[in-house]
Amino acid sequence: MSRIIVITSGKGGVGKTTTSAALSMGLAQRGHRTVVIDFDVGLRNLDLIMGCERRVVYDFVNVINHEANLNQALIRDKRCDNLYVLPASQTRDKEALTKEGVGRVLDELSQSYEFIVCDSPAGIEHGATMAMYYADDAVVVTNPEVSSVRDSDRMLGILASKSRRAETNAEPIRELLLLTRYDPPRVETGEMLSVKDVQDILSLDLLGIIPESKAVLTASNAGVPVILDRESDAGQAYSDAVSRYLGEEVPHRFMTAEKKGFFNRLFRG
Amino acid sequence: MAVNSRSSTGEASPAFELKAAGFTLPVIRLLNGNMEVLAEQIGAKVEQAPDFFRNTPVVIDLGAFPDGTEVEFPLLVGLLRGYGMIPFGVRGGNKAQNVAAEAMELAILGDAYLRPTKAAPEPAPETPRRGLPTFTLVTRPVRSGQEIYAAGGDLSVVASVSSGAEVAADGNIHIYGCLRGRALAGNRGNADARIFCQDLQAELVSVAGHYRVAENIPADLRGVPVQVFLDQKVLRIERI
Repeated sequence: MSRIIVITSGKGGVGKTTTSAALSMGLAQRGHRTVVIDFDVGLRNLDLIMGCERRVVYDFVNVINHEANLNQALIRDKRCDNLYVLPASQTRDKEALTKEGVGRVLDELSQSYEFIVCDSPAGIEHGATMAMYYADDAVVVTNPEVSSVRDSDRMLGILASKSRRAETNAEPIRELLLLTRYDPPRVETGEMLSVKDVQDILSLDLLGIIPESKAVLTASNAGVPVILDRESDAGQAYSDAVSRYLGEEVPHRFMTAEKKGFFNRLFRG
Repeated sequence: MAVNSRSSTGEASPAFELKAAGFTLPVIRLLNGNMEVLAEQIGAKVEQAPDFFRNTPVVIDLGAFPDGTEVEFPLLVGLLRGYGMIPFGVRGGNKAQNVAAEAMELAILGDAYLRPTKAAPEPAPETPRRGLPTFTLVTRPVRSGQEIYAAGGDLSVVASVSSGAEVAADGNIHIYGCLRGRALAGNRGNADARIFCQDLQAELVSVAGHYRVAENIPADLRGVPVQVFLDQKVLRIERI
């Protein structure tokens, strides 16, 4: 039984693609056959973050238009045998995604994959609604600031009303909150919303808190999902999130600022 | 014998009931007295939908009929009957026209009896409203951009209403979470409707069209349980 997971947010630049790459890699590393699909047709990035941009031959739109079959378009990750990437087309626009076409591709993928991760484009237009339409689970990526929270809330409303599960009156999509770019010192000074603030507004189950980390940018530029950087706090936080998604109980970390050590205090300018 | 005698007396089960009922009927609004032009244009109309006019009772509206012209009722009634319609009444006529209509055994309808056709379809949805007040229950959070309207009754939300969301009801609104969006009670003008909410952080509250935006809600009423109601046409927010 495969699960379709949409990584969505409404707002752009909050870390959807980073999260898609990290979660799909995490699931694959734990032995689950996983495919990650880039729905951002026209602005594809997932291939860069996954480091497979030089191996793209066919893409998602080609498969929808019957110009290629799935096996021709899927790119196997070099680091993990269980992980495949279905890149977006850079030359087309979102209208190329049809409900029937997307449904058919997801259907075919669900025959042989346990998890199908859909990396949604920003916004609430066609591309984003196509990415979430068939979802079973939604990971709502949110930054601890008001505009991102409101956009996530809007997206949650769309998940609850315009998805296939909503239209067929099936069990609603399981909605999970992933708080990214969390900066505990700034939360403590009141510059940033706290986990509790965001939870109060969105009232969702918390999948994880990803701290603001230099490792994310470094990993993106290198084409390595940040979850593979086990030394980094962001990598560990994503790893915890994967565990939680799979049903393990893992305490939340990175919620509070690290206490400054004696030497730090001594030498602080 | 007893049964027989009872049935022969005046105590028999009632043979009829007198009731009032409203109907939506086509109204033919006469705009001038030229019967030839009328005959031609009605003919064209009927040709488009002959079934629609067959055996249809119609009302003749004289409200827009030019003064000083006589209505040729015999011709008119004959014309309409000829196309299968059953003209049964007139409205909006003056005294002389009404007398002429009565002579043709047409009923004289008061203007209030039949409202203009535009308003006529409305009574239909209103009927269930009067019988059984509807009630709407929402158990999931109302998200930014979502609108919920409880037509004809109360609305209860057992969750929060997010900023950018809107809940409205013809009756009262109860919110057992935090209200951060907009809430509009008494949407059809019911001034007795109220909004009850556990935690007021609304963008806007309104009862029967009297509203207040966040800026005009005092700080000491924010974040506490309140009710919002109309007092002498003034919107009041009170702690509960």
